[in-house]
Amino acid sequence: MRGEKRVHSGTVSDDEPVPVSALQHYVYCPRQCALIHVERAWGENVFTLRGRRVHERADTPGTMVREGVRVERALPIWSERLGLIGQADVVEFLPDGTPFPVEYKSGPRLARRADEVQLCAQAICLEEMFGRPVPRGALYYHGGRRRREIAFTPSLREEVERVTQQVRLLLRQQRLPAPAADRRCRHCSLLDVCLPFAIRRSIAGDYGSESM
Amino acid sequence: MTHVILNTLYVQTQGAYIHLYQDTVRVEVEEEVRLQVPLHHLGGVVVFGNVLVSPYLIQRFAEDGRFIVWFSASGRFVGRLQGPTSGNVLLRRAQHEVLSDPGRTLHLARCIVSGKLKNSRQVLLRGLRDLQGSVPAIEEAADNLQVLVNEVQRASSLDGVRGVEGRGAHIYFTALGHLIRGDFVWTARSRRPPRDPINALLSFAYALLVSDCVAACEGAGLDPQVGYLHALRPGRPSLALDLAEEFRSVLADRLVLSLVNRRQVQPGDFDVRPGGAVVLKDDARRVFLDAYQRRKQEEVTHPLLEQRIPIGLVPYVQARLLARFLRGDTPKYVPYSIR
Repeated sequence: MRGEKRVHSGTVSDDEPVPVSALQHYVYCPRQCALIHVERAWGENVFTLRGRRVHERADTPGTMVREGVRVERALPIWSERLGLIGQADVVEFLPDGTPFPVEYKSGPRLARRADEVQLCAQAICLEEMFGRPVPRGALYYHGGRRRREIAFTPSLREEVERVTQQVRLLLRQQRLPAPAADRRCRHCSLLDVCLPFAIRRSIAGDYGSESM
Repeated sequence: MTHVILNTLYVQTQGAYIHLYQDTVRVEVEEEVRLQVPLHHLGGVVVFGNVLVSPYLIQRFAEDGRFIVWFSASGRFVGRLQGPTSGNVLLRRAQHEVLSDPGRTLHLARCIVSGKLKNSRQVLLRGLRDLQGSVPAIEEAADNLQVLVNEVQRASSLDGVRGVEGRGAHIYFTALGHLIRGDFVWTARSRRPPRDPINALLSFAYALLVSDCVAACEGAGLDPQVGYLHALRPGRPSLALDLAEEFRSVLADRLVLSLVNRRQVQPGDFDVRPGGAVVLKDDARRVFLDAYQRRKQEEVTHPLLEQRIPIGLVPYVQARLLARFLRGDTPKYVPYSIR
């Protein structure tokens, strides 16, 4: 069928994995996720630039040993079960071999939950790859000065599964959700592309009448 | 290397100079005229890398509506001459029209997959000849692929074609393992990420091939993202992926086989990351790239052109043939097939 929505199970259509980073974008704002992953838009702002600086340290693949802990940087990760693919910034391996994912974040406070979902998604990938439980991980903020340890609770795991399905649907539908037009927008690198307040006014028909 | 194919002049000789001489195009290398082609024989020029094109020739081509396409030496699309008039809008419009024409879309999908299956089969049979023995598993796979070639012509829907393609890929990849000698073991195709050395090589080879096919589409004025067998997806070069199908076995798989079987790539050339992702190391990557460039210079006879051309140019020729089909010049798209 070739109608309005041309979405079929193609040669490699249906088994396309969802990028782990897209979960973080989606939880922060579904429209941001669609702009990045459906429309391929990209913007820079203070947070992405800061993030880039933070990431530069973690982007070179490799292994190192720090205080007796083996550390893997830029590790390819995936989950066949959930259909996820991505790269973990930093994975530490505890003395007993348990993987411990670590993400360095520089985003606004509003993105905290999104960061936790992303980290938990990494943990789920690592569990499948190594065949052992990954109960905890850590988020570092502000260049690694503040550390938050995250426990991967059943409810956080459920959220990862739910969000993965939502993102897959979003990518399949290829539509843009309505703009948030709230506090989140102030910190968003895609503000210029998204135009949340202009769109909202346009939808509401609220653009003043021309003065006679 | 300079070739004229389908009224297109391809200039790949580094340091060459092409310019107008009266009403002819001249290709000079080290101040010696290598080729002279009457202007009225040429639809356009494709240049690779460091080739000097005279400003006067550029102006004349722009005025006449002939094309000039620039690629990097490695074959990445750089840019295209856009004159005041351009037939491309009609071609791009035709791409979208065919997309909403189930009959022509199905025809294209069948042709693409049929070409892929035939070439996959030939690669298996050639591998069998190289082994100089009898391997029942390969012979059986070749027979099964032949059955699918016939079956795909009867597929009545796009999903039917894709189903045949999937079965063919499974048969082919299972048989491919019997052609790998030496230190590597083939299990099954894994991607995103590849989880063993052979898969890492295949993925790298396919990435090179697809980027060449993107270049070939761009060169023919086609939008590489508007494809038929591969569903449209943001950022995905669906048409280049369609075009790549008939070349995967011929260009990529055979190269991987020969590098592995000649031990030019060895188990030590790979990094195995914790958890199982496998990556080709930088030095081996360079070896592979060199081999790929050399492979592209090998000459083959193009069955439709009845002309010997470097195999690396075949995607460019096929992209032009695809454009002819989309514009309605030809009733069929004939994929490239090896003997």
